[in-house]
Amino acid sequence: MRPAAPVKHKRLIRSKDDRIVDFIAYAVGALVVLVTLYPLVFVVSASFSDPARVINGEITLLPKGFTLEGYKRILNYSLIWKGYRNTFLYTLFGTSVNLAVTLPAAYALSRRDFIGRNALTAFFAFTMFFSGGLIPTYLVMKTLRLVNSPLIMVFMGAVSVWNTVIARTFFQGNIPLELQEAAYLDGCSTTQLFLRVVLPLAKPIIAVLALFCAVGHWNSYFNALIYLSNANTYPLQIFLRNILILNQMDAMMMGDPDSMEFLLRMMQLKESMKFGIVVVASVPVLALYPFLQKYFVKGMMVGALKG
Amino acid sequence: MSQTTMTAQSIRRQPVLRRLTRNYELYLFALPAVVYFVLFCYAPMFGVQIAFKNFKPNLGIWGSPWVGLKHFQRITTLPSFLQIVRNTLALSLYQLAVGFPVPVVLALCINEMRSSKIRRTVQTVSYAPYFISTVVLVSLLEIFCNEHYGVLNALARAFRQETIPFLTRQQYFRGMYVLSGVWQGAGWSTIVYLSALTSIDPELHESAMIDGASRLQRVWHINMPCILPTLSLLFILQVGGLMSIGFEKVFLMQKDINIELSEVISTYVYKQGLQKLQYSFSAAVGLFNSVVNCLLLVLTNTVTRSLNGNSLF
Repeated sequence: MRPAAPVKHKRLIRSKDDRIVDFIAYAVGALVVLVTLYPLVFVVSASFSDPARVINGEITLLPKGFTLEGYKRILNYSLIWKGYRNTFLYTLFGTSVNLAVTLPAAYALSRRDFIGRNALTAFFAFTMFFSGGLIPTYLVMKTLRLVNSPLIMVFMGAVSVWNTVIARTFFQGNIPLELQEAAYLDGCSTTQLFLRVVLPLAKPIIAVLALFCAVGHWNSYFNALIYLSNANTYPLQIFLRNILILNQMDAMMMGDPDSMEFLLRMMQLKESMKFGIVVVASVPVLALYPFLQKYFVKGMMVGALKG
Repeated sequence: MSQTTMTAQSIRRQPVLRRLTRNYELYLFALPAVVYFVLFCYAPMFGVQIAFKNFKPNLGIWGSPWVGLKHFQRITTLPSFLQIVRNTLALSLYQLAVGFPVPVVLALCINEMRSSKIRRTVQTVSYAPYFISTVVLVSLLEIFCNEHYGVLNALARAFRQETIPFLTRQQYFRGMYVLSGVWQGAGWSTIVYLSALTSIDPELHESAMIDGASRLQRVWHINMPCILPTLSLLFILQVGGLMSIGFEKVFLMQKDINIELSEVISTYVYKQGLQKLQYSFSAAVGLFNSVVNCLLLVLTNTVTRSLNGNSLF
């Protein structure tokens, strides 16, 4: 997305006022870039640095005492990979369910000849204003036998009103009605029309929704905290919380402490491993996002038009 | 254009029954979503009745005995409850006061950047933190506030010759919560404003320039009014959410040391309900919260509509 090209001033004499605006805009931009990037660069640098120097606060920007020891240990840390696998599966299946439920519903709501679309929209939208709350939801999930089942990670949040509205708006504005009429005249059923005509034309919005949902699943931790209690089904974020915030790290991976020095070394390693873990956990999303940025932004804009 | 409306009208003119039967597939399309909302949203809404009951797991939601307003009376007599409501509001208000203007200013600045390359770089970089998970964000906070190697404390030492226990002294809790939120969300929030700024007719700027308006004046008298509808819409949404401060980050940042200021309604509901298993009492607290939220949303909507004619519904 590009903001409106500011009116070109090149031929005009730049007034003092003009230069002040320029200065402020670029200064703010520089500040934002600095404040945003510095922590990220710092974490990456620290993850490649000698643990002792990290703990002593010697790292300012670039790695010092380059080492891959932290990453080697993370590679052997099975809990992280178990979490990775679970999160990957939840993201894959969760996103598929999101799309499979949201897109047909949004298409139905986008059709003017769908009797009851206003009532149905209201039925969906009401859930944005009022909810049963955590405890009743938990009890209902328990009745449905979804508590402590990996399925809840896939189905919880399968449809969001917001995403449905975004998709509906897209269908309304971008799929020509004449095309749909023509398909009907050629003897297409609604399902065929949806699968063969509408969906191929809706690729941009499918990409947007898939990305929103996938990032949501990847970063989600609340549902797992509430509904899961079996460590085999934990997603990555739960393990991250245990390691990074609650400071629970398996003692077994550290080996036997036979001297104070060794113990100190292990303590340092444990602290500095956190940096590597942060990197390993965030890289998949952060590395993908710049390439997919235009889709994210498009999605936000389609949604913003009819919020 | 007229072609489209004609087609739409021709569809509309068909008899209702034929439309219903021809489009039965559309109802099947909507069915899974309806089932989802019934099971995951409306069923819990009916389950909210346990706030007026004494929930017994063996009797279930429908079978448990009614106790009227007993749990609500208990809420009003609870000494800590006022503090929890105050914490929730304070945290939200701080967040609103700091977090709301920052993206607006940022979007205005980005919009004024002439070099599109720089503009795009700033945008790409400032959106990035939005994709970091809350767990990672809170651990980044811990890393940067660490008393030994934290960069924030290196700065504190440089200026004040002492370390500041940002995360272990409770008076810093709200500040850390709000500032980390700005770091994570401000860039992303500019998208909506930037898209509003994009839709401004360049002729407005041109004629203002001919009339001798300076750039600052144009930002203030053209750009600001143009994003005002978006601004008030987002404001409504945020005020409507004042009492529903996110659970995740508060819960992750909670420590025994800061519990007095960091206990908010959602974390309280979680602890009372799922840790101490006081289902009914906890549901009552949650219901109180939902009702207040709903009222806040309606209230702010009415106020903004009467002020400038922009409203959500």
